[in-house]
Amino acid sequence: MIFRKLKRADSAGGIWGPVAVVVAGLVLLVGAPMVTGTFGLLQLTVLAALAIFALAQGFIWGFGGILCFGQSAFLGLGGYAYAVGALNMTDTTGAVALAIIVPMLFAALLGYFMFYGRISDAYIGVITLTVSIILFDLFNSTSGDIYHIGQAPLGGFNGIPSVPPLNIPGNPDAQLDTNGLWYAAMGALILCYILLKWILASRFGRVVVAIRENETRAQLLGYDPRLFKLLTFIIGAGISGLAGCLYTNWGAFISPTVFSLTMSAQVIIYVLVGGLGTLIGPILGAVGIQYLINVAGGQHVIDPNLLLGIVLVAFVLLVPQGVVPVIRAGFRRLIPAKQPSTTLAQPVSQEASR
Amino acid sequence: MSVPLLEAENVTMRFGGVAAVQDVNLKLEEVELRCLIGPNGAGKSTFFKILTGQLRPTEGVVRFRGQDITGAHPHVIARLGVGIKTQVPNVFNGLTVREGIGIAAGRKKSLRHARQIVDETMELLQLSPIADRMVGQLAHGQRQWVEIATVLAQEPDLILLDEPAAGMTHEEVLRTAELIREINKKQALVVVEHDMQFIRMIAKTVTVFNRGKILIENQVEAVLADPGVRDVYLGKQAH
Repeated sequence: MIFRKLKRADSAGGIWGPVAVVVAGLVLLVGAPMVTGTFGLLQLTVLAALAIFALAQGFIWGFGGILCFGQSAFLGLGGYAYAVGALNMTDTTGAVALAIIVPMLFAALLGYFMFYGRISDAYIGVITLTVSIILFDLFNSTSGDIYHIGQAPLGGFNGIPSVPPLNIPGNPDAQLDTNGLWYAAMGALILCYILLKWILASRFGRVVVAIRENETRAQLLGYDPRLFKLLTFIIGAGISGLAGCLYTNWGAFISPTVFSLTMSAQVIIYVLVGGLGTLIGPILGAVGIQYLINVAGGQHVIDPNLLLGIVLVAFVLLVPQGVVPVIRAGFRRLIPAKQPSTTLAQPVSQEASR
Repeated sequence: MSVPLLEAENVTMRFGGVAAVQDVNLKLEEVELRCLIGPNGAGKSTFFKILTGQLRPTEGVVRFRGQDITGAHPHVIARLGVGIKTQVPNVFNGLTVREGIGIAAGRKKSLRHARQIVDETMELLQLSPIADRMVGQLAHGQRQWVEIATVLAQEPDLILLDEPAAGMTHEEVLRTAELIREINKKQALVVVEHDMQFIRMIAKTVTVFNRGKILIENQVEAVLADPGVRDVYLGKQAH
């Protein structure tokens, strides 16, 4: 009975998959600073930040069924909110909160009009894309002294340099060094993963997935799809904002390029390549694609963007479900018929014994 | 006089120049079983969509226990206690049978209570052996059952069934008829069907739709004997 309760159709079956992922994450969290130098650790830190960003996109798209083409809007708002907050406050803890809350509020407003206005899926893609471009242009045009929020000049295309780094909450003098930032970024990634797993296992999460499966049916059962989609969208925005905060910390710098199409497109490719409808897929997708971009950027044979385009086309045509689902299906085939037969036989036998 | 469970008053639905439903008046008492018949395109499904809030009627009022629900959101109407099995099964293809029914049972109920409802509903509909199968992989007849189970798990006071026996084998049809009589002990039902054998098995009062209007409403024997009904509907497939 217990096994049947835990068995979930979506994402990983059982709880051992997520536990293994968290353990692997913790090993990486502790182990990475021991085996790699400052440069390597910085690389891993930005990967962790982008993986969080990918998690947000994977959650709202793969589970919520919301195709957002402009997720970078929330990444950028989070990054800017952190930068502005950190320049105005001595303790950056409040700035981190701002980096999460500001994108969530923005998503609440935007999402309200999209979902309660019954905008169709395709137009949600168009609207979110447009919003990210508008934000890009907006922040681009903030050069000059008159554009500042408190102590923080927005700096137009040049962005905001020398953003103060994170500090230990309540102790502004204890600023995080390279190692500290790594712990923060990787720790945040693990926490976001656990948070989303928990949400998906909750009643709310199950309804979100049910709405993705059949919105009409969910509605006829008494669930308001608009509200569930809005909340999903807001959660995604908050996590993207956190990713933006870490991204800004990584370079101590933020500029309007975070709102760029490249950012929005990349995160979609992370999710597609890694696997839609999984949480580990987007994380692996982010790491794999970024690694590929780094390698491609280091040589001069092929343009990285071209390579990214080829990878996208190849995956859409050949492996549309993404890497993780394919590997999972392969594993199920390798363990011959053991699992299916037990799960099928179990309910029957239990019916009989009742 | 008691307040009827459901009341449609002068309901009209026009699509452009075509009136799919025209001036329909219908009253349903608590725990009543009503059959709705009529040829294709008579407006039965459109009428159902109006009752569940999927369509807002051009004119007229729909009341549920006296409360005006005309054009209310489907989720609001569902919460009042109206469940519907749609003509084309609306099921959660990517979920298992158990999960899908659980979504229906779980609204505003404790987890324990919901699990109990799920188990009971699956047992009633003999779905327990396929509880952990994905709904998308099931045969058409089974999907019909899953949808009926989903609606039942919602525990509505009024159940609308749009062609519940479509695509079912003879044995499955018999079971469905038996099930409907069982459900009707506690809940009111409106059933749309084409299968006359099936109607004979379950019906008490029958309402006949034709070209968006109610042609006749009477006891099943009287309706089936009515020459007008034969002309528009039964004439084609008289037994």
